[in-house]
Formats: sequence, C-alpha cells, structure tokens
Amino acid sequence: MTYEIFLKNLVKLDSRFIVITAENRAAIRNLPEEIGENFIDTGITEQTMIGMACGLALRGRIPVCHALASFLTMRAYEFIRTDVGIAGLPVKLVGYVPGFLSEANGPTHQAIEDISLMRVIPGMKIFCPSDEEDMLIGLEKVLTSSSPYYIRFNNLKPVVKHNTNFTEGKAEVISWGSDITVLTYGTLLRQAYEAMIILESEGLSVRLINLRTLKPIDEELIISSAEETKLIVSIEDHFLSGGLYSILGEMFLRHRLNIDVLPIALKGKWFKPLLIRELLEYEKFTGRDMAINILKFYQNCFDEIKIRSMI
Amino acid sequence: MNITRDEIRSLKETALKVREHIIRMSSGGGCFAGASLSCADIIVYLYGKYLNIKPENLNDPSRDYLFLSKGHDVPALYATLAEFGFIKKERLNNHLKASDNIYWHPNISVAGVEFHSGSLGHLLSVASGVAMDCKLKKAHNKVVVILGDGELNEGSIWEAMLVASAYKLDNLVAVVDRNHFQANMETEKLIPLEPLEDKFESFGFAVATINGHSFTELHHIFSQIPFEKDKPSVIIADTVRGKGLPSIEARADRWFCNFSSYEVQMLLEELRGNQKADIKSETLIVR
Repeated sequence: MTYEIFLKNLVKLDSRFIVITAENRAAIRNLPEEIGENFIDTGITEQTMIGMACGLALRGRIPVCHALASFLTMRAYEFIRTDVGIAGLPVKLVGYVPGFLSEANGPTHQAIEDISLMRVIPGMKIFCPSDEEDMLIGLEKVLTSSSPYYIRFNNLKPVVKHNTNFTEGKAEVISWGSDITVLTYGTLLRQAYEAMIILESEGLSVRLINLRTLKPIDEELIISSAEETKLIVSIEDHFLSGGLYSILGEMFLRHRLNIDVLPIALKGKWFKPLLIRELLEYEKFTGRDMAINILKFYQNCFDEIKIRSMI
Repeated sequence: MNITRDEIRSLKETALKVREHIIRMSSGGGCFAGASLSCADIIVYLYGKYLNIKPENLNDPSRDYLFLSKGHDVPALYATLAEFGFIKKERLNNHLKASDNIYWHPNISVAGVEFHSGSLGHLLSVASGVAMDCKLKKAHNKVVVILGDGELNEGSIWEAMLVASAYKLDNLVAVVDRNHFQANMETEKLIPLEPLEDKFESFGFAVATINGHSFTELHHIFSQIPFEKDKPSVIIADTVRGKGLPSIEARADRWFCNFSSYEVQMLLEELRGNQKADIKSETLIVR
C-alpha cells in the first residue's frame, strides 16, 4: 500500500473526499486518472487552493490539500488560520517535504517552523508520521476526523515495526527504558533509533517514543516518563522555538515540573541545503551525533557514567 | 424572468429601510457606513429578487449562495437579512453588544451569513469552491460573491480568477461594488484599477458594467447570467460610497462613521430628502 493507493481507495469508498493540490503532484501523480473529478489542481496558488477547499467543505466535502509544506503553511497561512481555522472546517493539509526532507532545495523550501505556525491555530490538529507505514496507519482516522488537520507528509521506509493501533493524542513507545526518555516525531525517528542503540551499548536504558500526533499530544505518557526517567531529550527537524521543545516547556510549566530537557533541534538558523545523508552529517543530526550529545548532557547532569568507546 | 413596477417599488422601499438601519448602526461605536450604503441596493436586489435564499431553505443544498467578501459592509447584509426575515429586526439593536455577535464584520452564527470575512481577498476562492462542488454535482445553484473595488488590490483575487476561469465556473458571479474608494482615498489616485473591464476579460471572465443603484439595470443584467457559457461572470456595479446621504456621499474622510444620536436623526431626515444634515463628528477614524 502506498499513500496514493490509500487515497484512491478512500475516494472510491467515499466520494466526499476531494484531493486538491497547488500543483504538487509528486506523491499523487496517478490520481487524476484514477479518481477523475475528485482530483483538482489549482496550479501554483496555495491561497486559492485553501479558499476553494473551504468552499468545498461548506458543501460537505472533505478536501485533502497538497502543497510543499513551506508554501502551504506560510504562503497560505492567513487563509488556513482565517478560513479553515475560524470556521473549524475539516480541511486536511498535507505538507510535502517538511523539515529535512526538503534536502537540497534551500531555505525557501525549508518548513521548519510549520509545527509552530499550525499549533497556535485553535482546533487545528497535527499528525507527524515517521514513515509511510506509520502515516498509513494513522491516515484513516486523521482524514475522517471532523477536525482540520496538518499532516507532515512522510513516505520514507520504516526502520521499526509499528504498532498498528492509532489513536490521536497517543504516542507509540518503541522501547520502554528507564534512564533517558527520547521524544521525537517524523523523519528523525530513524536517527533517534540509532542513537538509542548506541546509548544502550553504553549501558543506558532508553525510552524511545514516536509521538505521532503533536496536537493533541500524549501528555500523560510524557509526564509519567518525565517522572520515571532522569532526562528528557526532544529531537526534531524544526526550529527550537515553537515546536516540540516549546510544547514540552509549556507542559512542564503547567505541571510545575523542574526537570532536565536536552533539545536537539535547529537553533536559530536554516540548515545547509544538501542531500539528506550529507545534511544530517553537516548539521550533526546523525544517530551518532545525537548519542554523543545525549551522553555529554547526561554526564553533566548526573556525572555517573563513563563514555567508553565513542569519544 | 421579468420584474414588475410593483416589485421595483417594493425593492426601493426595502432598500430605504435598509439604509435607515445602516444609519442607526453608525452610532454608539459606529460602522463602515459609506461602504455599506454603496452596496445596499445590490444586496437588497439579490435577496429580494434574484437569489433563491430564504430563511426556511438555508439547509437546502439546492439553494443559492451569496458571499460577502468585502465584509466591512456587513450592516447592509444584516439589515437586509432583518428585512427579509432571516433575523429579527430588533437584533440590529444588538450591534456591538456583548450579548450578540453583531460587530464590524460578518459572523457565521447570524442566520443567512454564508461565511465570515473581514480579511479582504478571501471569498472569491471560497465561493469558487462552492461553485466547483455545485458543478461536480451538476446542480444549478447560483453562487454570487460581492467584492469591493479596493479589495481588488489583493493578489488572491486575481489568483482565484485564474482558477475559476480555468475550471469554467459559469455558475459563479462576482459583483464588484465599484464605489471608487478604498479606505482612505479614491482607488484611481492610489492603485488605479482602470481599465477594469479589460483586466477581468483578460482573466477569462465575461464582464458587464451597470449602475449598481438601479434595480432595473441590476435585474436586466442578472437575467443574462451566465453571460457566456463556460465563463465565470463579473458585474461591475458602479456605485456611490455613502449613497443616499449627500452629506457623506463620495467623501474620502467618511470611511468609518460614528455619529451622535442627534446626527443620526438628521441623517434619517436627509435620507428622506429633507434638510441636509450638519455633521460635526470626527472624521477619518480608521479601523
């Protein structure tokens, strides 16, 4: 099953679904032939696409909108906030190549403030799958939800076997450790997984969590993990401000928790445009880089572990 | 579809009442009176004659649609909705009261309001989405959207025109309330729009220009919709900002009006053709 086939089947089952794109067809190239009139391409017009999606939704349709994540969330931001958000229409926004997935396109194409922008819109929910399988597991509930949704599109190959139960606001626990909690979403789950393996070889027990939805977020699991483990690490291909790290800050403040949190995020600058492999190395987002960072931070906090092989 | 003299007389009477409501809403906090008065006749005509939208058919998917993209003229819409029984007339007295949702731009909780607006340049695309769905369902709903002429500065209008034209939405009608002003000054002195017909034509719309205060002309032109098969239509309705009140008509500084209750009484007299009002309230309050 691919994303495209999933959408085709969905439209065939329920003609309320309309696939609409601002000429971003990379993931849905065969759909025009497959679903005919339920496919609309508005050309390079993110604002009009969102406005039309709202009109379609007023008539009972469920529009699934596709555009590059940066242009979708920023060029059309006021349309999303004002037309989708104020009315609370069930418009689904699929952001293509979010975060590091824009690779060598350059800063114009880097959606690394998208979570920040989307989460402040009342009623807007956010789904950040870590790969295509994870995305397909969640997609049916996300698309049939009566809420507007922002989806950080991800069709990478999976590196873990996913739990096929999806509930919005419930994270997927990849491993139940007791020393360090690693929270992540989207693309960087694979690097976080590599980091976990390295950390465990260093004798640390890691609780690795794939958050899946950032809004609503699995607050219960995060708070219990904050209480049960010694350190929280947040990993994201997003600016430090406004994303997961900010969500955690707000949450811990609300719960009056004073705990150590290590953020691994983009700190105040756009990333070097490169193919993903070189990019991760250049920006120090490989699993190994993450493991070293986490170990150093852990050592500073607790001073009880010797780093053996790595440094 | 004909229009009788009695119907025209009735529309004129309704429009006069709508203007009275607008004048009353221009007090105690005020409203965008000039832009409301300029499109009052258009809105009264659309609800009173052309469109199949009634208080009792709002949930009927085969009814027509009217979107107000220049949302600051909402007093004209609310007054018309009150006159045609969508909302109680007394509700207009709730203007700017915390107990209701009647404020300077449309709120969707008021019966008859299709969608909220206020940020300019949005509803041509929203209306296009509705028109698109009607087309896909081979339904015959008419979809009308009222745009301001100042609003045409927004790039999203022209973007939506490209798309509506590409998808041959001939069930879509844009009406431009061409009152020749944007907030602070004349359109042609700030960002000139002319030749406007040519611009619309080159964007694939079929165009007509009429006097937006003449029910005869409004009816004559709307009876010909769609002007051309497979083309969306646009009607440039030539209007006067502040129409009906010579003391504020076509005055750049009468954008947002907040009159005293004495001035409201004088303006109501002026509207009925009596003595011109002596307006002392401050002008050019930009909201």
